[in-house]
Amino acid sequence: MTAAADLASSYELVVIGGGPAGLAAASLAARAGVSTALFDENPGVGGQIYRAITSTPVKDRAVLGEDYWDGAALADEAKASGALIVNGATVWSLDRQRLVGVSIGGKARVIEAGRVIIATGSQERPFPIPGWTLPGVMTVGAAQTVLKAQGLVVCERTVLAGSGPLLWLLAAQTLRAGGKIDAILDTTPRRNWLQAAVHLPDFALSPYFAKGLALLREVRARVPVHRVDRIEAVGADRVREVVFSSAGGTRRLPVDLLLLHQGVVPNVNLANAAGVTHVWNDRQLCFVPVLDADFGSSVPGIAVAGDGAGIAGGTAAAERGRIAAIAAVRALKPDAVVPDTQAIRQRLQREEMGRAFLDWLNRPADGFRMPEGETIACRCEEVTAQQVRETARMGCEGPNQMKAFLRCGMGPCQGRLCGLTVTELIAEERKATPDEVGYYRLRPPVKPITLAELASLPISEAERKAVER
Amino acid sequence: MVRTADVVVIGGGIHGCSTALHLALRGLKPILIEKDYAGRHASGVNAGGVRQLARDLQEIPLSISSMDIWECIEALVGDDCGFEAHGTVLVAESEAELAGFRERVDDLNLRGFGHEELIDAAELRRLVPAVSDRCPGGVVSRRDGAADPFRTTQAFRRRAVEKGAEVVEGVTVTGLFRSGANWRVETSAGVFEAPKVVNAAGAWADRIAAMLGEPVPLAVVAPMLMVTSRLPAFIKPVVILRGRKLSFKQLGNGTVVIGGGHLATPWRDSNETVLDWQKLAVSARTVWELFPAMHAATVVRAWAGIEAYMPDGIPVVGRSSTSEGVFHQFGFSTHGFQLGPGTGAVMAELVATGSTNTPIDGLGIERFLKK
Repeated sequence: MTAAADLASSYELVVIGGGPAGLAAASLAARAGVSTALFDENPGVGGQIYRAITSTPVKDRAVLGEDYWDGAALADEAKASGALIVNGATVWSLDRQRLVGVSIGGKARVIEAGRVIIATGSQERPFPIPGWTLPGVMTVGAAQTVLKAQGLVVCERTVLAGSGPLLWLLAAQTLRAGGKIDAILDTTPRRNWLQAAVHLPDFALSPYFAKGLALLREVRARVPVHRVDRIEAVGADRVREVVFSSAGGTRRLPVDLLLLHQGVVPNVNLANAAGVTHVWNDRQLCFVPVLDADFGSSVPGIAVAGDGAGIAGGTAAAERGRIAAIAAVRALKPDAVVPDTQAIRQRLQREEMGRAFLDWLNRPADGFRMPEGETIACRCEEVTAQQVRETARMGCEGPNQMKAFLRCGMGPCQGRLCGLTVTELIAEERKATPDEVGYYRLRPPVKPITLAELASLPISEAERKAVER
Repeated sequence: MVRTADVVVIGGGIHGCSTALHLALRGLKPILIEKDYAGRHASGVNAGGVRQLARDLQEIPLSISSMDIWECIEALVGDDCGFEAHGTVLVAESEAELAGFRERVDDLNLRGFGHEELIDAAELRRLVPAVSDRCPGGVVSRRDGAADPFRTTQAFRRRAVEKGAEVVEGVTVTGLFRSGANWRVETSAGVFEAPKVVNAAGAWADRIAAMLGEPVPLAVVAPMLMVTSRLPAFIKPVVILRGRKLSFKQLGNGTVVIGGGHLATPWRDSNETVLDWQKLAVSARTVWELFPAMHAATVVRAWAGIEAYMPDGIPVVGRSSTSEGVFHQFGFSTHGFQLGPGTGAVMAELVATGSTNTPIDGLGIERFLKK
């Protein structure tokens, strides 16, 4: 185990996040002779997609699917590459001078980095429906985490609701592991097919086409699927039933566990706090960093690879990580031998084919992104959609001004769970674009740290003298 | 098209907004021009301290007139601004420090100012039970308190507009010229003209002054703050230190705001600040030593606001030395929030009537101009 005290004061390359992008980037750079540290928050590498790849108790390879086990090769490669891989390392700050604030085992350090690759991936899009904060309502991603890390599978009365590939993947994984799902509530708007259909030929050529169809068939054979346009979690102390409606009327199902998911979006917090410029991506309905062909951001020396650069999936993430790493190696060690990016770019292009189809098909409906009335928008500060809408109508122009009125986004999650919702609500009320409304200006620490951790930063010589006046 | 007004106020911080409101209350028509939005910088993101304690003698009159306004702020702006008065306590960390505080309080008393009051260890413990046992006493200013800075600035802006001021945001001043009896203010969104101009441009005010041939040695600074997650209520007054840099307050919602003047690196052209974690760690250690109750606290957010610091640490308030009809109101040197309400009133009086009864003689811009 690497401790905070074992870290050098600087590394040529710091990679943040140990998913496919981070692992691939760190291996490539370390093998090219660049001093590389990879900080990953979890107990083991793999990120979300290959979570617990080195430790999962799920031994039947069919349960999690062959794609999951691809992660093992990436993890082995990174381990053998000579990169310093530190797990349990939470990066809480990054700035444009490329100082990286990191905590390991309750001790903090600020490390200098010659280059930085942010590979912090994606997070699930907020799914603000009435009752989504009740105990018993979780995200599909959280359920999958438990399955991968602990081998636990849901056995209570369970309903999955939402859209997107991960929803169907978890359903299949749960069924294979012996779990039961009472129903799937599919929120994909029917008209999405119109926009998606144009991109079907590309998708048909992508590796995801056959896999996706097989997954849908596997799940649909065993679980009733209802197409819905409204969902509500109901219960006093915890979720007791799920109420859903469609053109055909309203129905209720008793439920112990309601799992929600409507796709993933880039996790922008660290890049945003570092000053990286982001723009609204209307196809993916989220903010994405502005990047060059090598995934370099608007801040010199900082790149964003993986799904953090815009959602494209795990295999694409690894290729993006390699491209970003090659750029970093070339900048740091012009004479080092690196692979040819052309081949990597071609593989990446193949992976990204069909993305347009998936994006358009799985674009969540307005009503599931921009709630009304008493539905909670900001969970930390318990701010309702109505409050956000009223404050926007009163003249509040953006999420940063909104903080002062409602405190939304000022809780411990720093807007991770409400940022997109608040931006889109304000945009809708003010008849502006999300780009015009903007996003929270995020402040470090992007992950909370204790006062004790902060106080544990090694004292500099100048400050020691100042204190000992 | 040239837009005209009685006064153009440059800068939408608490000072510009307060001056605009007080001008409007006097029946004048001000246009306020702000390059971002009102309260975007120091006025919106400062620690919110409303403090008369430990002020320079030159600014005590402004501070006292401000405090009179703070105590009935809702009547003025239609919002209580989150203002709560639980006093500010300057904690002495040693007997030697306390002796210095005693001299200061005696001096103030001789000058007729009674707002600072020396307290012994027992009274310190009564006011701030959570403070470390080794502190021998301090000074309290009992009328002091804290408010919500962005809300306050917005409240002044809103009320100014209700009373007839016009606020133009997202517009940068690019030039300032004499045009007959008027000042011609050129901006990124056209030309404004008025016989009077108030320069309340904060960290950018030196650029306005330079347009008038009054270069001032303004330093751009960004004092850092951090806020913790919610803790059980354990402290009412704002606590400040003298020897080490610290200001410390618990808000009504339980979060604790820690500041004190350690500086980030400001980038005033891109509105960015880069925090210095080594110095925030020094703040964390100071808090750790003074308040054992804070050992389990979590830091949720840290930030810094961009503002102006003058070489002598006190603001520039008064007439331009070169340009008839132009007035300066900037350089509040990391302690201007409390002064906003009163200074706006004084400035409006000065602009409207040509003089003010509040003594501001020591705050003129002349003091920085080479003879």
